[in-house]
Amino acid sequence: MELLLVTLLNALVYGMLLFMLASGLTLIFSMMGVLNFAHASVYMIGAYVAYQISRTVGFWPALVIAPIACGVVGAAVEIYGLRKAHRNGHISELLLTVGLALLIEKGVQMIWGLAPVPYRVPAALDFTLFSMYGTNFPAYRGFMLLISLFMFLAIWLLLTRTRIGLIIQASLTHSDMVSALGHNVPRVYTTVFAGGSALAGLAGVIGGNYLVTEPAMAFTMGPIVFVVVVFGGLGSLLGCLIASIVMGLVQSFAVVFDVSPADLLTYLGVAVTPMTPFAEVLSVPLPRVSALLPYLLLVLILIFKPRGLMGTRDT
Amino acid sequence: MTEVVAQRSGDSARYDVRAALGRFWPAFTFIALAIVVPWLFFDWSKGRHSGFVISLVSQMGVMSIFALSFNMQMGQAGLLTFGHAVFLGLGGYATIHALNAVASGLFWLPVELMPLVGGISGLIFATIFGYMATRQTGTAYAMITLGFGELVSAAAVMFNGFFGGEGGVTANRMIKTSFLGLSYGPAIEVYYLILFWTVLSAGVMLLLTQVPLGRMANACRDNSERAQFVGYDPRRVRFYQCAISGFFAGIAGALYAINYEIVTYDAVSAVLSANVLLMTFIGGIGVFWGPILGAVLITLLQSWMSLLSGAWVIYVAVLFVVMVIYAPGGIAGLIMAHLPIWRSGRLATLAVPYLRIVMPSVTGIIGFAGLVELTYSASIGKGQGRALTLFYHVIDTSSLLPWFVTAVLFALGIALAASQRVQFLESWAAVAEETRVKEPCR
Repeated sequence: MELLLVTLLNALVYGMLLFMLASGLTLIFSMMGVLNFAHASVYMIGAYVAYQISRTVGFWPALVIAPIACGVVGAAVEIYGLRKAHRNGHISELLLTVGLALLIEKGVQMIWGLAPVPYRVPAALDFTLFSMYGTNFPAYRGFMLLISLFMFLAIWLLLTRTRIGLIIQASLTHSDMVSALGHNVPRVYTTVFAGGSALAGLAGVIGGNYLVTEPAMAFTMGPIVFVVVVFGGLGSLLGCLIASIVMGLVQSFAVVFDVSPADLLTYLGVAVTPMTPFAEVLSVPLPRVSALLPYLLLVLILIFKPRGLMGTRDT
Repeated sequence: MTEVVAQRSGDSARYDVRAALGRFWPAFTFIALAIVVPWLFFDWSKGRHSGFVISLVSQMGVMSIFALSFNMQMGQAGLLTFGHAVFLGLGGYATIHALNAVASGLFWLPVELMPLVGGISGLIFATIFGYMATRQTGTAYAMITLGFGELVSAAAVMFNGFFGGEGGVTANRMIKTSFLGLSYGPAIEVYYLILFWTVLSAGVMLLLTQVPLGRMANACRDNSERAQFVGYDPRRVRFYQCAISGFFAGIAGALYAINYEIVTYDAVSAVLSANVLLMTFIGGIGVFWGPILGAVLITLLQSWMSLLSGAWVIYVAVLFVVMVIYAPGGIAGLIMAHLPIWRSGRLATLAVPYLRIVMPSVTGIIGFAGLVELTYSASIGKGQGRALTLFYHVIDTSSLLPWFVTAVLFALGIALAASQRVQFLESWAAVAEETRVKEPCR
């Protein structure tokens, strides 16, 4: 029971972090049709910039400056890269973002080195919020949860209650019509791209010290975010939220439960010995498979339900 | 479609040897060069081959097959894949196990036919995988292949029985089963084996672009709906194309296994999948020989530039990004665009515009390379205790002067090149237009 509650809370924290990354990507993907491979790289830039700023100025300015810097990077990528690659089709845009992801990873390695950097939780938030069945819940996780909930509310209100939000929502599905009505659709694209990148940067700022700030962080996070986007469905922020939480649950619980298919078979009365066919596959415990789960989900969803959870059209 | 085929075969019947030579002379020259290359670097004083050159050209051969098979999906069928290394890797693992099985006397198979083992296992995996994945196209297909690639590479570390875990599986290629009585001990013998299979595979793949399947793959890439109207199922076309490309990737994997005598997790990894994407795209996806060009070029860069600079991946990545934006046809596409101008003898008129844009660009590139090298040596290079030297002078990365000079070179070069861009494109378009009028058939 205690394990369940603690894992649930951790899953929620992780899921909301995923949502922060995935919400921007969902908007970009459903509006422009570009799966932005560099999205997780922007998250990494956010973490590294925040580390650099927090070393000299402090964590709180970093919380504001790093997302803005990431937004500027996103806008530049959209204006100087994607717009030009757009003439050659979606695959070209996709390839551009792949190249950028590679470039950013190598650039980060070059500037900050190959090893993880000591980006730490700020001292003001480095205490125990409450204890539950002997397990401490750090205040920083509560802070992350707060920030991400606040962000979700802000996007929700922006998209549903403001004029800009209306135009963005209309551009998701009917960009030609929006353009015909006299709105500057390319500028909407740039805004969304910059906004999504800023959110990814924010996720980097608060996720970088929660997880690890290292050059491989983009590559480990990227596919998980893709799964969330595909699972949630194109054009649906709510689907994205649900998918993020589900993904957080799957990832957190898979690490906790040390069972394997062989255990299940033994429970059902079939003994698994090294002589059994596929014994090696059957006896792999769940925590070892947990890194594989996102990819497995990605493949299965795309093959059997490419529309995702709440999507209105195929991926 | 049968009429078209009949007409095509009628065409090809009229080809005589001289016509074929006239058409394929670049290919024959290239093959002749590939045969001769190891002997150009032969060390006559010691009477042995240069190990570096042989391993380099062997790798080029393997990567050429691999890149061509990648382009069967990417260029010809419009299917971007991020997991192509899976077929190479699984073909490689199958070959390693086959080599070991032959060595232990389980069955008999000459080394010359080992690539078929890799090819068939690549084909089997590509059939299973393609059956599921080819329901999708475009971005969705790319993502399925990404997931599939990651699954296999994670499984390669997880299951030791077949994949040998982190250490990989090793074998000895000197199994004394050869049609030709060769031992395959010396690397040069392996190189000629690789070359033989490269030429054979490239020939078959070229042929496959001309048969109805290859043509329909192009049609499904360009307009799936119309291909359906003609009576073809685009999904089946994609499926066949994927399966056959898996076969050739498997052949590349077998040669990889024979060449290195070890297959590890690297052979199925995302790094190799990304590498083949870079190679193929930089070489050119629109022209059949583009991937070969890319494989040769990038392998050369990898081996040669990694000796010069630790930051060589940055250069390749920048080249890739610039190509995606400005030259989506790759290097082969650029060459093909200049061919009609060259044929009409007007290439000289482009000399001045080229000079005007190339000189500032080179300045900018030098500045950029300087910045990259300074950054690299200030971080990773410093950690490894290496100093940056230029013309035998050690450069102090902590002083501001080198940073300032390279930054100015970079900014100035790029700004000047950008100011020349419009004029350059206009003069280029003018010449291209003239040659097009003169040669309407091309």
